[in-house]
Amino acid sequence: MIVCVKQIPDPALPGSLDSSTKTLKREGKLILDESDSYGVEMALQLVDKAGGGEVSLISMAPNGEVSGLRQALAMGAAKGVLVSDPALLGSDALTTAKVLAAASKKLGDADLIIAATESSDGYTGTVPEQMAEILGLPSVTFAKAVTIDGQTLKAERQTEAGYDEITCPLPALISVTAGVVEPRYPSFKGIMAAKSKPVETVTAADLGVTPVGWAGANQDIIDIAEAPAREAGEIIEDDGEAYVKVIEFLEQLKVI
Amino acid sequence: MNIWVYAQQADGKLTSATTELLTKARSLGGTVTAFLGGDASSVAGELGEFGAAKVYATGDLGGKLPGAAVSAAMKAVIDGGDSPSLIMLPQSYEGRDVMSRLSVKLDRTVLTNNIDVAVDGEAVKVTTPIFGGNTLVTTTFTGAGPFLAAFRPKSFAAEAAGGGAAEVIAAPVPDLGATGGATVNAVHVEETSGPKLDEAAVVVSGGRGLGEQAKFEMIETLAKLLKGAPGASRAIVDAGWVPYSYQVGQTGKVVKPGVYIAAGISGATQHMVGMKGSKNIIAINKDKEAPIFAIADLGIVGDVHKVLPKVIEAIQNR
Repeated sequence: MIVCVKQIPDPALPGSLDSSTKTLKREGKLILDESDSYGVEMALQLVDKAGGGEVSLISMAPNGEVSGLRQALAMGAAKGVLVSDPALLGSDALTTAKVLAAASKKLGDADLIIAATESSDGYTGTVPEQMAEILGLPSVTFAKAVTIDGQTLKAERQTEAGYDEITCPLPALISVTAGVVEPRYPSFKGIMAAKSKPVETVTAADLGVTPVGWAGANQDIIDIAEAPAREAGEIIEDDGEAYVKVIEFLEQLKVI
Repeated sequence: MNIWVYAQQADGKLTSATTELLTKARSLGGTVTAFLGGDASSVAGELGEFGAAKVYATGDLGGKLPGAAVSAAMKAVIDGGDSPSLIMLPQSYEGRDVMSRLSVKLDRTVLTNNIDVAVDGEAVKVTTPIFGGNTLVTTTFTGAGPFLAAFRPKSFAAEAAGGGAAEVIAAPVPDLGATGGATVNAVHVEETSGPKLDEAAVVVSGGRGLGEQAKFEMIETLAKLLKGAPGASRAIVDAGWVPYSYQVGQTGKVVKPGVYIAAGISGATQHMVGMKGSKNIIAINKDKEAPIFAIADLGIVGDVHKVLPKVIEAIQNR
């Protein structure tokens, strides 16, 4: 199994754009996108249930960054491929999908490729399905409960109104929603073991993907502006009677 | 300019995201064509009313997921010679899958999460909110079309134009090979009673600050008293307290009610982008530094377990 993992700036810190490159600032340590920890956990569980197999990781990040990958390796993944290349700066989702699809091929044919539905920093939300198309695979996006029976995958897929029951032959690609499984905390032993697990670093050119970066993105950012802010309202500390303010506000709006 | 709109139907009617996009497409000038995965017989009239002169329809998908099927049908029509300059899609589950596969088939970028679009000659630019909506980025497509753009629900107001029924043109799904392997076997609906979350005039949402699943009952009770819909933050949906259909936010529903009450919700970016278009926002949270207070019209710094029961009781006693 192959899991796509993104290493992102800590989402608890305010994000900002680099005004010269017009890309998200990714300085400093990157962490494993929490959304991807669900995919890692699911892959580990599915391999356990299958009674054999291996979980590999693929990731694309600047500056040879591996700290997020190590987190996933500490959970139990066996190895990883990192695509890191200054030329990739400004790449759009389609280029990212091409790069990750090529990286997955480097690991050989997987039975299942797992990704999150979208990253927590860029949230374009198209990369998994684009990878499936590039690799000629069937796909189930927004999968929650997932089981594998022989060469058939069964999944519940989120819909606007509820969920659908889907079957899909392997090999396949799925994107999984957060909360689908409980990601394990890496053990001390896992963290130590992760330090010596193999991570191969390659460039886009090594994978034969061109053009990349802004050159392949087919878009130009022409304006970045502050959104009109909402006017600050009234903030009060509850002294036991603050509910009256809520009632008055609802009355004023004629909701009650 | 020739514009396609990926149209979706539910219960024999167009989804609101579809009629919003058709309305906007019409205002950009040129011709508007709808592309529908499924049978168009029950919606051809409505498509015409909203300005689509014709609709390409794949016919029944036979349980195939639309991502692979509809994108392949679109590619076949484009290869056949009818190539649009711009394809607008709703940022829905199906819309995402269709545009992703189509972007690979056409080798074109796709710009998602947009809230606005403008056309200047053959140039198309779209606007996307980032950082929880604090910053607006405007991007123009370069290179050759078709340009692919997806829009958040409720970005535009839907308005009928009063045209006659759209001409239905068959756009059959070609052989999908392995990519068509996923099949829908059963459909489950989780909607609750009362108004729909994305249409309700009042939305009462709960978050992790409720502390435990049983306390969500307060949210349900208050929503019912205000004839509104209950909603939830991603945190408690992920925790399994309420079904996904309750989720307000980036990956959930976009709501713009008259009144939004956020109880025990701190206001993660994920959540804020789904509700900051609400006309009036009331926030109750014990952390006075919570980001939700920055957009609240009325903010109560306090314990939801103390404030909400009093609000509920006061309304019940009226």
